[in-house]
Amino acid sequence: MLAFVLRRIAQAVLVMLAVGLIAFSLFTFVGDPVLFMLGQDATPEDRIRITHLLGLDQPFYVQYAHFVARAVQGDFGLSLRQVQPVSRLFVERLPATLELSFVAALLAIAVGIPMGVYAALKRNSWLSQVFLAVSLIGVSLPTFLIGILLILVFAVLLGWLPSFGRGDTVAIGWWTTGFLTVSGLKSLILPSITLGLFQMTLIMRLVRSEMLEVLRTDYIKFARARGLPDRSVHFRHALKNTLVPVITIAGLQLGSIIAFAIITETVFQWPGMGLLFIQSVTVADIPVMAAYLCLIALIFVVINLVVDLLYYAVDPRLRLDRAAAAH
Amino acid sequence: MAEPLLSVRNLRVEFPTRHGTLIAVDDLSFDIAPGEILGVVGESGAGKSLTGMAIIGLLEPPGRIAAGEIRLEGERIDALPAEAMRRIRGKRIGAIFQDPLTSLNPLFTIGEQLVETILTHLDMSERQARDRAIELLAEVGIPAPELRIDNYPHHFSGGMRQRVVIALALCARPRLIVADEPTTALDVSIQAQIIELLRKLARENGAAVMLITHDMGVIAETADRVAVMYAGRLAEIGPVKEVIHAPHHPYTSGLMSSIPKLGEGRETLAQIDGAMPRLTAIPPGCAFNPRCPKRFDRCTAERPSPLPAGTTEAACWLYAR
Repeated sequence: MLAFVLRRIAQAVLVMLAVGLIAFSLFTFVGDPVLFMLGQDATPEDRIRITHLLGLDQPFYVQYAHFVARAVQGDFGLSLRQVQPVSRLFVERLPATLELSFVAALLAIAVGIPMGVYAALKRNSWLSQVFLAVSLIGVSLPTFLIGILLILVFAVLLGWLPSFGRGDTVAIGWWTTGFLTVSGLKSLILPSITLGLFQMTLIMRLVRSEMLEVLRTDYIKFARARGLPDRSVHFRHALKNTLVPVITIAGLQLGSIIAFAIITETVFQWPGMGLLFIQSVTVADIPVMAAYLCLIALIFVVINLVVDLLYYAVDPRLRLDRAAAAH
Repeated sequence: MAEPLLSVRNLRVEFPTRHGTLIAVDDLSFDIAPGEILGVVGESGAGKSLTGMAIIGLLEPPGRIAAGEIRLEGERIDALPAEAMRRIRGKRIGAIFQDPLTSLNPLFTIGEQLVETILTHLDMSERQARDRAIELLAEVGIPAPELRIDNYPHHFSGGMRQRVVIALALCARPRLIVADEPTTALDVSIQAQIIELLRKLARENGAAVMLITHDMGVIAETADRVAVMYAGRLAEIGPVKEVIHAPHHPYTSGLMSSIPKLGEGRETLAQIDGAMPRLTAIPPGCAFNPRCPKRFDRCTAERPSPLPAGTTEAACWLYAR
């Protein structure tokens, strides 16, 4: 078990180093920073001095090592546009994105799994057909279109919900939350539906097809032959087996929810990291882009690790075999 | 004979399909006495497994019982509501399936599966159920059951898993066990052990067994009586010795002579020409008539019912009088 965790962590570090290298190489595409800082009239002596001061005369791998060392401490330098430390910008924006993603993921799982189970158990009912039809829409409609349609219906035509922003937020330490105010909660509804709909339909279809597969297996037939009640056959024996593959997909989807929040945040002008990233792209604010890249990669890697451990907890077959394989 | 434990009368199982209705089991009647082991043999597709599934009420839709009746200890069970039938399954009729590797849920310990089954049918505390589960595992010959009970199915070999499956089928001491090819997926050396175990437990518990297999060797060793099925119909039924050594139905004769015997030194195996008809194309009259060496006019015109022939009954016009 310990060996398994250590091996996974080592792999995660490797992935992060690779992503860091890509983020670092972004800086080489914006031209010569010395030229930016000194302008065209600087003397060659000044250039050499500044280049040396910034460490830019050192070999590539030394610069990269410095970048990694600072990144590990959360230091990605100053934002070119806002002249603030990048880390502070992210700390301000992080709660908005995480709260939105959390609600969207919760929605996707809490609605998607029951819908999928229902569609598998009552395969021929009209409601299952409706679920399947709706899920087709959810999978095929682009996120921004869903967002705009929701705004049109619920904000513009009905006027029930706000069309943009986070509403009022409450600060708890450095974390600002929208969960504690009515306007904050109301503001969450449309963006989280927009963000979660695709994942919800994906989870629903996945649960449905996995469940149908499991219901055909011999151990389900044998469970019925032992006279176990349907409730137990469906929700104990079948559902647990269904969830093994679903955990992996749902976990990975959580990562993409956070990453794809960019589009939803843009549509709803949600003050999160995604919006920050889009704004930075338009002005080529490289430090912010590099930091975003690293942060999203980190979130993905951590989620992957957690999913692996969860998988391990759910499926007893892995415990013995993997531990044995690790030695 | 005393009142039969299980009585199947004129059972007909149908599968409605796009190309018409398939009759998978047709006009099948037989009895099983308490404590008796009835072997059911036949080729693949002869309807043996479907008969078993019909008895435990687990025919997969669209398959359905179209006619006939099934009685367990005199009570009709073929038309019971789903919930009443569920209570019978596991409690009064146990079932064992072919593949022990896939019959157990991989995510639950065998103890969890046993205890759940026991608590479903018997009124006892969780503690008592666990004790009973350990007892059952000991009964089916699992060493150190008090330790093994917390293992998952993947910790057991195929033969051991089939023992667990048998323990699960015996949880509530059913009067009848439907065993569908219980040894087919096992090594030959393990097969004999499992068959012996099944026979011993049936005797100790006073349970009858419906042993479905295509292995005549297993039947010869285990069964009291044997029913031979062909194309969804009963060809011959009778005491196992008679059917094996002095079969009356031409199909049974062909089946028996196709089993090679040691020391005969034959170059080729005897075989029955042709193949069992598809269910969509069963010939009129006796289903076996196109392949029968003793066919005569009546065989292609009229369908025979089982007729007394010596100590067996054979569905063959040779025995009409």
